[in-house]
Amino acid sequence: MKTINSVNEFVIRFANTNGTGSASANNMFAKAIFRMGVPVSPRNVFPSNIQGMPTWYDVRVSEKGYLGRRAGGADIVVAMNSQSMMDDVQSVEAGGYFLYDSTKEIDPQLMRKDITFLGMPISAICLREYNDPRQRQLFKNVIYVGALAALLDMDFEVLKGLIADQFKGKEKLISPNVHALELGYQYAKTNFNCPLSIRVQKSDKVGNRILIDGNTAAGLGAVYGGATVAGWYPITPSTSVVENYEKYCNRLRIDPASGKKNFAVMQAEDELAAIGIAIGGGWNGARSFTATSGPGVSLMTEFLGLAYFAEIPVVLIDVQRAGPSTGMPTRTQQSDILACAYASHGDTKQVLIFPSTPTECFHMTADAFDYAERIQTPIMVMTDLDLGMNDHMSDELSWDDSRTYDRGKVLNAQQLEEVEEFGRYLDVDGDGICYRTYPGTHPEKGIYFTRGTSRNEYAAYTERGEDYVRNMERLNKKFRTAAEILPQPEMHRQNKGSKIGVVYFGTTNAAMDETFDLLRAQGQNVDGMRLKAFPFAKAVEDFIEQHDQVFVIEQNRDAQMRTLLMNELDIDPAKLVKVCNYDGLPITADFISATILDHIAVAPASKVARG
Amino acid sequence: MSYLKSKFHHPKLAKNDLGLTYRDYEGALSTLCAGCGHDAVGAALVQACFELSLEPHKVAKLSGIGCSSKAPTYFLGKSHGFNTVHGRMPSVATGASMANRSLKYVGMSGDGDTASIGMGQFAHVVRRRLDMTYIVANNGVYGLTKGQTAATADKGSHTKKGEEILWSAIDLPTMALQLGATFVARSFSGDKDQLVPLLKAALCHEGFAFIDVLSPCVTFNNHATSTRSYDYVREHVEAGNIADFVPSREEITTKYAEGESKDICLHDGSLIRLHKGKDGYDPTDRFAAINAIEQHRVKGEILTGLLYCDPTLRDMHDFLGTTETPLNTLDEKTLCPGNHALAGINNSFR
Repeated sequence: MKTINSVNEFVIRFANTNGTGSASANNMFAKAIFRMGVPVSPRNVFPSNIQGMPTWYDVRVSEKGYLGRRAGGADIVVAMNSQSMMDDVQSVEAGGYFLYDSTKEIDPQLMRKDITFLGMPISAICLREYNDPRQRQLFKNVIYVGALAALLDMDFEVLKGLIADQFKGKEKLISPNVHALELGYQYAKTNFNCPLSIRVQKSDKVGNRILIDGNTAAGLGAVYGGATVAGWYPITPSTSVVENYEKYCNRLRIDPASGKKNFAVMQAEDELAAIGIAIGGGWNGARSFTATSGPGVSLMTEFLGLAYFAEIPVVLIDVQRAGPSTGMPTRTQQSDILACAYASHGDTKQVLIFPSTPTECFHMTADAFDYAERIQTPIMVMTDLDLGMNDHMSDELSWDDSRTYDRGKVLNAQQLEEVEEFGRYLDVDGDGICYRTYPGTHPEKGIYFTRGTSRNEYAAYTERGEDYVRNMERLNKKFRTAAEILPQPEMHRQNKGSKIGVVYFGTTNAAMDETFDLLRAQGQNVDGMRLKAFPFAKAVEDFIEQHDQVFVIEQNRDAQMRTLLMNELDIDPAKLVKVCNYDGLPITADFISATILDHIAVAPASKVARG
Repeated sequence: MSYLKSKFHHPKLAKNDLGLTYRDYEGALSTLCAGCGHDAVGAALVQACFELSLEPHKVAKLSGIGCSSKAPTYFLGKSHGFNTVHGRMPSVATGASMANRSLKYVGMSGDGDTASIGMGQFAHVVRRRLDMTYIVANNGVYGLTKGQTAATADKGSHTKKGEEILWSAIDLPTMALQLGATFVARSFSGDKDQLVPLLKAALCHEGFAFIDVLSPCVTFNNHATSTRSYDYVREHVEAGNIADFVPSREEITTKYAEGESKDICLHDGSLIRLHKGKDGYDPTDRFAAINAIEQHRVKGEILTGLLYCDPTLRDMHDFLGTTETPLNTLDEKTLCPGNHALAGINNSFR
């Protein structure tokens, strides 16, 4: 039997039952690899359920830094759930390993000849060692991590350090956990050939990066970006954005003199109210936000139209999941793009920004408050479940202390005294962005009635067609201005200037280094462009113009970004080829490169370009 | 269209403590139907704000959609306003108050905007005891869409077209009481003497003040078989506790004999002096209030006046523990923890 031989380049899958406390043990495993200096990307594949359903935790270990999901099965499976055992055995790559609880004998029919079965009587060990049924359950998880330390040649001291960190303040829990680790470690050392042909070796590829999820980073971004008002409604996978915002605010935003809060969070009755609260706060001059996912976006759509038309700054963090309807609430997708870009009835266009790493979630969320107040419109931060809920290795967070918030065009009482004329919707500067005032600023000046109905430059109600058209044209002008304010696309060009381009955004970025390498290995040097914002910058148009054929890679069925590019930039549909993965799991480099290579083989770029 | 009113006014028009006249609190010329109750509600609000000497720009008026929600254009022209979306004014008011707790918030809504599409938001803004005055101009009918029945219309009454109303009516003051409003009143747009003191007390109350104002629709719900017509309401109104509002700066004099009146002291030191009607009950007793409303309803009467008030209960900001300084005035020095705080945060993710 051939075995997989690999150092620092493999995938390990933990198959557990949700609600059994496996998450913290699995997380400890991933973090140990990370602390050994080896790039790692853990991904939790979980059901929409509290207890008793199968859940998987895939950890990709990659010295090369390939942090996207790897296609295919796992090299090692740790099987702790008898319910999913049959599938789990099948998911091991040939030559891989299957570590399982051998307390109960495994069904002989499940045995495969091309993988190595490592049976370990984990339940029996727990039964022997612990009296408390809860401990018997919890320590199973720690025991298999201990066994993996021996099997993969991991640094045991690193694991002990992690336990010490985890139980800081609850020190008496440290030694039982370390004991459980040792039980697993000793069993593996005694009964298996350690290390396996797959193993971990200390490296220096992590640098100053951190292992953090996008929702935590976005919540911190809202703290740093100066958000003071949050209205929200719980929905997977966005819930932890506002929870983290509130957690860090309680640490960092308490007024030292009074002990009171320099922020206000309201869990609303639904998403309609959540965005209403954020809009009320934005109208009144506070940096306000909400976080939601697809079904919430549907509910918020009416209000988003109001905020577009009444020009209220507000930030919405959309952690996308698989739709439509309830869809797959615990699976990832990038499928709210059109719903968000054109959110609401009538002619509306909304501003979207696309972070691709937790660090970008932090910075882009903070920046979103500047954009919202500068452009006076909703800003939607488009993340997804993979980015929001999984830990990703990402640059450490930093903040430029000399930075001031861009509060946009707001007139204070003194400025109102000085201006000759105030019109809320008067385009004084010619960029489509008008001056606003906060309620309560001045007794006589700058007062206006905000509304979703048509109005003239002085905020007075009007149904005159020419007034309406003038306002709508100005809003379009403002949207063009927005394209210059928003982040520019990130270019990855080859030296020789390829005729083939690929366009991608968000979490697809994690798979792109590997994709470029795979394509290069097949003789295809393609140019890449990562989109960061809608409306599209001029550079986006130029990139597409400069290439004969452009692949648009996205994680939805209908190629929504491709539609948006065609629609907004008047691009010939034949030029844009869709590369869509939408099974709810993060897109892989294998899928992207295979789809592109297939297409090139069938329709060479030059032919397509000539039409 | 809203038309500008003439700015001309009599030079001897009375001035309040701020040196402002009644005209300073008016809005644009109304485009509601002549005789619409909503205009009387607006006029009462203008009078209340004038008499309280509120700074107009320190009041924010919010509304949803409907005839009632158009009305804020026609009062308090020197106040910022936000005409939001249908049934969603409470959430916008919540966010506005979270951003700046120093303004006075007046919400103007209608029976459709509150009791139908906005029922959810209404229930929850009451629960969170937002510090605002929430007025429902209640005419039991949809005006802008021309005469459909509202959820507050009485079961068994008839529409202008003669159709019987089949569905149970929603009583908004009862709901507000059940959900924790700390000031609940009902009045009639045609009874300014009752409405103005109630509005003044509501504006001075710190917490959620709710006033259901029966405000007849002259065009679609003023017929003989309606229970929301001017005639019907006049005949069936039963004033319960009659409230006088005594501002904090005025000497307290009493018109009533001992034992007949009860004073409720509000946060700002002003008083509500209540004269108990013939079926008077203690208006700080929530159960008694609900009971009284229901007993009058069974008799075919509409109980008005101050139904309930408890100024000692906390409001949303007390619950949230928000700082006294309006959040919208805080800058990066206060809000941004700075780069040094990130060192520890980064380390917690290693």
